[in-house]
Amino acid sequence: MNWLFRYANPHNFMRLSGVLLPITAIATALCLGVGLYLGFTAPPDYQQGRTVLILFIHVPAATVAMSIYGALAVCSLLSLVWRHPLSDIAARAAAPFGAVFTALGLITGALWGKPMWGTYWVWDARLTSFLLLLFLYIGYMALWNAIEDETRAARAAAILALVGAVNIPIIKFSVEWWSTLHQGESIVSGKLAPVFLAPLLIMMLGYMLLFVSLWMLRIRTAILERRARTLMQGGAA
Amino acid sequence: MSPFFTLLARDIKLAARSGGSAFLALSFFALVATLVPLGVGANLGLLTRVGGGVLWVGAVLAALLSLDRLFQGDFEDGSLDLIALAPLPLELTALAKMLAHWLSTGAALTLLSPLLALLFNLPPAATWTLFLSLLLGTPAVSAVGAIGASLTLSLKRGGLILPLIILPLLSPAVIFGAGAVSLTLDRLGAGGALSLLAAFSAGAVLLSPFAAAASVRLNLGG
Amino acid sequence: MISSLTAEKLACARGDRRLFENLSFCVKAGQALAVEGANGAGKTSLLRLIAGFLAPAGGRLVVQDAAGESDDAEERGKLVGWLGHQDGLKPQLTVAEQLAFWAALYRGVANAAVLEQVGLKRQADLPCRYLSAGQKRRLALARLLVSQRPLWLLDEPFAALDTSGQALVAQLMALHCGQGGIIIAATHEPLGLGNESLKL
Repeated sequence: MNWLFRYANPHNFMRLSGVLLPITAIATALCLGVGLYLGFTAPPDYQQGRTVLILFIHVPAATVAMSIYGALAVCSLLSLVWRHPLSDIAARAAAPFGAVFTALGLITGALWGKPMWGTYWVWDARLTSFLLLLFLYIGYMALWNAIEDETRAARAAAILALVGAVNIPIIKFSVEWWSTLHQGESIVSGKLAPVFLAPLLIMMLGYMLLFVSLWMLRIRTAILERRARTLMQGGAA
Repeated sequence: MSPFFTLLARDIKLAARSGGSAFLALSFFALVATLVPLGVGANLGLLTRVGGGVLWVGAVLAALLSLDRLFQGDFEDGSLDLIALAPLPLELTALAKMLAHWLSTGAALTLLSPLLALLFNLPPAATWTLFLSLLLGTPAVSAVGAIGASLTLSLKRGGLILPLIILPLLSPAVIFGAGAVSLTLDRLGAGGALSLLAAFSAGAVLLSPFAAAASVRLNLGG
Repeated sequence: MISSLTAEKLACARGDRRLFENLSFCVKAGQALAVEGANGAGKTSLLRLIAGFLAPAGGRLVVQDAAGESDDAEERGKLVGWLGHQDGLKPQLTVAEQLAFWAALYRGVANAAVLEQVGLKRQADLPCRYLSAGQKRRLALARLLVSQRPLWLLDEPFAALDTSGQALVAQLMALHCGQGGIIIAATHEPLGLGNESLKL
C-alpha cells in the first residue's frame, strides 16, 4: 500500500496529475476520434441497420458508469479504514460523473430502444438496474450535500457507498430474476460482428480515459479550493 | 432484564405512547390501498394482478414514515450519548432499535395485509403468500432503514433524504416479495422467491447493525 | 475503582479548527477538576474526548486502575457517568419509568431512595413533560447516581438549578469524591471541593 499512499498525498497528487492530465486528455481525444470514425465508416448491421451506431455511445457509457461506482467504493474503503483525506475528495469528485454517465447510458438506451422496440422505454433488466444505479448516485450526492461538517459528510457518504457496493450485485441479480419472471424483453445480444468490435473497444477506452481526465481535473480543483479556503481563513484570524 | 431487552422495551413503549406511530403507519398503508384502485379503476382482474406489488410498495413506504426518528429523537435530547456509554455495544443498540421498529411497524403492517388483500380481490393462496412475504421481508426494511436513519440522524430534514438513499437499496425486497405473490397467482411455486427474500432479509439484519453502529459513532464524534 | 486519569499532551481539533493542544493534567481518585474557559474554548469537547466520543488529534488519555493502565477509549467509556447539558429525558415516560430504564441499561439499581435523595419522590409517577427545568435536572442527577460509575463527567452541573438544587449538586459531588470517585466538570462557577482547575 505504501506506493499508493505516497501518491495519495495531496501535494504529490498535484505534481503527478499535472504531468498526467495533458497526456490522458490527448489520448481521450484520439480514442474518441478514431473510435467514432471507425464506427461511422463501418457497414450497417444486418439486423439493426444504422442504429447500431448508438451502441458505440451507449455501451461504453454503461460500462464506465458501473466502473465509477467501483472507484467510489474503493475510495470509500480507503477513507474509512485509513482515514485518508485525498480519498474523500476523490470519492466526492467521482460521484457526479457516475451519475452523468449513468444518465447518458439511460438516454442512449432509450434512443436505441425507439427504433428497435418501437418504444423509448421497456423494462429491460439492464436498463432497469441502471435506473436504480442512477438513484444510488443521486442519494449518495444528496447525503454529501446535506451534512454540513465536511469530515462527517465524507464518512457518512463512505458508509453509504460501501452499503451500496454490497447491495449492487444483489440488486442486479434481483432485477434479472424479476425480468425473467415478468417475461420482459431483453436487449438483442446477438454476436457483434468483428468489424464493430474494434471501434467499440476503442470507444470504451476513450470513455474510460475521459472519466479519468475529468476526475483528476475535479480532484485538482477541490484541492486548490481547499487550499484557498485555508489561506483565507488564516488571513481573517 | 438485560440492557438489550431494556432498550427494546423502552423503544416500543415510546412508540406506543408518542401518538401511536404504528397506528399512523397502518392508516397510511390502508390509504395507499384505497387510493390505487381510485387511480387505476375498479376492474377486479386488474386489481388482483397489481395487488401484491401495490401492497408491498405501500408497506415499504408506510414503514418509512417513522424511520427517520429511529435515532434522531435520542440524538436530539442527549439520550444517545448516555446509551452509547451503557454496557451495550452500539451494534446491539442498533439491533434493538431495528427490532423495536419492526415490532411497532413491520409486524403490524404484516398483520393488516390480509385485510387489505381483500380490497384487491387476492385469492386465499396469494393472500397467504403476501402475508408470509411481508413477514419475511419487512425486517429487511427496518434493517436497511436503520442504516439510513443513522446516516441522517443529525439532519433537520433527514426525513427527505432518508427515502432517497434507502429505497433503491430495498428494491430486491420489493422484487422478491411482490414476485412471490405473482408466482402464486400464476400457480407456480413461490418457495424460491420466498427463500431469496428470506436470504436478503437475513443478510440485511446481520450486516446493517455494523453499518448503523459505525454511523452512530461517527455522529457522536461530530 | 480507578486510581487516576491522566491526560498527556492532549490535542483536539474540530474540522480545520484546533481547539486546544498540549493539554496535560492528572486527576486522582477522590479528586475533582474544574474545567473553565470561554464559550467555544472546548470544554464540552474535552468532556466528549474523555468519554470516548471524540478521538484526540494528538496525545493520549490514560486510566490507571488496580489492573494496570489503559488508553482504550471504549473501556474508558464504560467508567463514565455522564451529565450532559441536555437532560436526555422523554416527555412521555414517568420519572420512575425513566430511572428504572437507565438503571437497567447501566445494570445499576433504581430504588425510591435515590428519588428521595434528589427530592423527586412525590413526582415519581408524573410524566416528564410536566417537570420544570430544575426538576428535570434533578432527575438527570438521579440517573448519574444509579449509573454507579466512578468517573463523573459533568457539563455545567449547576445550570438550571435553584439554590437548594445547587447545594444538592455540591453535596452529591462531595459524596462521590469521598467514596473515591473522580469528577471532571465544565463550569463557570467554583465547584467548592477544594479542587484544581484547568483553564482552556
